[in-house]
Amino acid sequence: MSESGPVLQLHQVHKSYLGAVSTEVLHGIDLQVERGEFVALMGPSGSGKSTLLNILGLLDRPTSGTVAILGQDCTALDDAGLTRLRGKSLGFVFQFHHLLPAFTAEENVYLPMLADVGHFEPAMGQRARELLGRIGLKGFETRPAAQLSGGQQQRVAIARALVMSPALVLADEPTGNLDQASGNQAFELMREFNRESTTAFLLVTHNPGLAKRCDRTITLVDGSIE
Amino acid sequence: MRFELQVALRFLQEGRVQTALIMGGIGTGVGVIIFLSALIAGLQASIIDRTLGTQAHVVLQPSEEEARPQLDRVHQDVLAHIQRPAQRLRTILGWPRLLADLRSRPDVTAATPTVEGSAFALRGTANRSVALRGVDSDSYGGILDLRSKLVEGTFDVTGTHAVVGVELAKELGLGVGDTLRLVAPDDHTELFTISGLFDVGITDLNLRWVFISLRSGQTLMDLSGGVSSIQVKLRDIYSAEQVARELGAATGLKSDSWMTLNSQILIGLRSQDSSSIMIQFLVILAVVLGIASVLVVSVIQKGRQIGIMRAFGTRQEQLLRIFLLQGGLLGLVGSLGGILLGTLMALGFQRIATNPDGSPLFPVALTLQLYGRSVLVALGTGLVGSWLPARRAAALDPAVAIRNE
Repeated sequence: MSESGPVLQLHQVHKSYLGAVSTEVLHGIDLQVERGEFVALMGPSGSGKSTLLNILGLLDRPTSGTVAILGQDCTALDDAGLTRLRGKSLGFVFQFHHLLPAFTAEENVYLPMLADVGHFEPAMGQRARELLGRIGLKGFETRPAAQLSGGQQQRVAIARALVMSPALVLADEPTGNLDQASGNQAFELMREFNRESTTAFLLVTHNPGLAKRCDRTITLVDGSIE
Repeated sequence: MRFELQVALRFLQEGRVQTALIMGGIGTGVGVIIFLSALIAGLQASIIDRTLGTQAHVVLQPSEEEARPQLDRVHQDVLAHIQRPAQRLRTILGWPRLLADLRSRPDVTAATPTVEGSAFALRGTANRSVALRGVDSDSYGGILDLRSKLVEGTFDVTGTHAVVGVELAKELGLGVGDTLRLVAPDDHTELFTISGLFDVGITDLNLRWVFISLRSGQTLMDLSGGVSSIQVKLRDIYSAEQVARELGAATGLKSDSWMTLNSQILIGLRSQDSSSIMIQFLVILAVVLGIASVLVVSVIQKGRQIGIMRAFGTRQEQLLRIFLLQGGLLGLVGSLGGILLGTLMALGFQRIATNPDGSPLFPVALTLQLYGRSVLVALGTGLVGSWLPARRAAALDPAVAIRNE
C-alpha cells in the first residue's frame, strides 16, 4: 500500500442491480479523497449515496470501474482480502450507531482490534479507554452498550471507527438520528480527530450546515457527481 | 480469551431465554439417552448374568458319532438309508493336555473338566431323574461359583459327598448329612452323603443338578479316567462364538458357545440394542433440529450485528467459528444437565422397580464411559446442528445485513 497519494480513488465506477429490468444506480463515478481530508457527500434520497458508500467501504463491488484504497486496486481482491483491507484501513460510523449490545462500551471500541489479532491483549483495553476518555465517556467503560444514550452510543461508534487508526472513516449520516447538541458534539469529535491525524473522513449528510463545515462537498444526483 | 469464544459466549448470554430453552432441550435429550442406555445396559447385564451365571461360555464335548456309509454288495452302491447311531457317553481323548492348553490361553479365565450324565436319585420310596455333574472342586468355581449360592452346608464333593439343589432336597426330604443313592443308567449304584444345598435361582436346575466329585462321576458313568466335557469361561463373553469355532476347528471336538445355546436370548438382546439405537438416533435428530432452528433464528436476529462485525474486519471463518462454538457450548453445557437428569431418572427407576424383598430388579449401568460418550454425542450434535446456521452467518452479505435494519 502506498504511503503517499490519495486515500481513495474511484475511476469510472458503475453499479447496476440486475433484476427483471437491470437498473444502473451509479453512472461512472470518478472520485478522489486525499489524506486528512474531511469531505461531505450530499444528495437527495435515492441518488445512490448508500450504494456508493457500500462500494467505498468495500462492502459491495462495482459492476465496472476501479476502486483503490491507499493505492491498492481492490477490484481483484477476494472476500478475505477485502475484509483484511477494510479492517485495517477503513472505519465505519452508521446513522443508528450499530454497537453490539451484549458488549460494554470499552469492548465495543476494541472489538475491531480483537477481530484482527484474534485474542485479547491488555494494550487493546488501554487504547479503548484512552479513546473513550477523549470522547468524554470516561467512567462509562464497563457500561453495556444498550444502557448508553443515543449520543453516547454514537460517540462509542466513532471511537470504534478510530481504534485501528484507519486511513479513511466513512460516516453514513452519523448525526441524523441525534438531537442537535449531540449531533454537533459527534461532528466536532470527528473533526477534531481529523485535524489531529491524517485520517480522512467522508461524511454522508443531508445537513447543509454540517457540509459547510467540511473541507469540501461532493453532491451526488441521480447516480452521478455534479 | 479468543475473539470467537468471547463473541459466542456473549451471543448466548444475550439470548438468555432461547439459550436456556435449547439447553433444556439438549439436557432432556441427553437425559433420555443416558436413562435409556443405563436401563438397557443394566437389563442386558442382568439377563446375561442370569443366563451365564449357571453356564460356561464355551463347552467342548466329543464329536457326535456318525454312521459310516455302507456299500450295497449286490449293486455296489451306497445304501440309501443309514440309521443314525445312538450317542454314547464318551471321553475327550487327551483331555489333560487340552485342558492345560486352554488354561494357557490369554482369553480364557477358567477351564474345568466335567463328567455329565443322567442318573436316578433314590431316597426311600421316592426317586427323581437328575443331571449328574462330576466336577473338579478346585477349578469348577471358575465356571459357576456354587459356594456363593449355598443356602446350607458346604461345597464339599470330595469322596462320596454330594451337593444338591434346594428343590430336590425338598422333593426327597433331604438335609445336610443325609444319604442319597444315585443309580447310573447301567445300574451302577453309589451312596452319597449330602454336604450342602444350593439355590441358583432357577427351579429346574435346583431340582435336577447333583454335584459329585469328578472321580465319583467317572466311576458312576463308567468313564474311568475320562471326562465328557470341558467347560470354558472367557474374558470377553461376546467372543465366545469365535473362540468356539476356533477350538472346534483345532480339536475336532463338538464346540458350542453360549451364544449358540441361547440364540433366542441373543436375538432378544440384539433387538433391544436396535430399538435403543433407533430411539437414541431420533432423540439426537430432534436435538440437532432444535439447535439448528434456534441458531438460524439467532442469525436472522443478529443480522445487523453480523453485518457490522463484517464491516469492521471480522473474517468469514471467524463468524463460522463463532456459531459453531455456540452449538458446541450448547451441546457441552446441555449434556452436563442431561447427565444429572439421566442419572436421577435411572436411580429413581432403580428405586421404584424392586423385587419383593426391596432389592433393585436389576442395577442400572451408569458408567463413566456412558457419561463420556453422552458428552461427546451432545458436543457432536451441537456442532452438526450449528453447521448450517454458521455457514449462513458467514455467507451473509454485510451491505445487505446492515441495510435491512
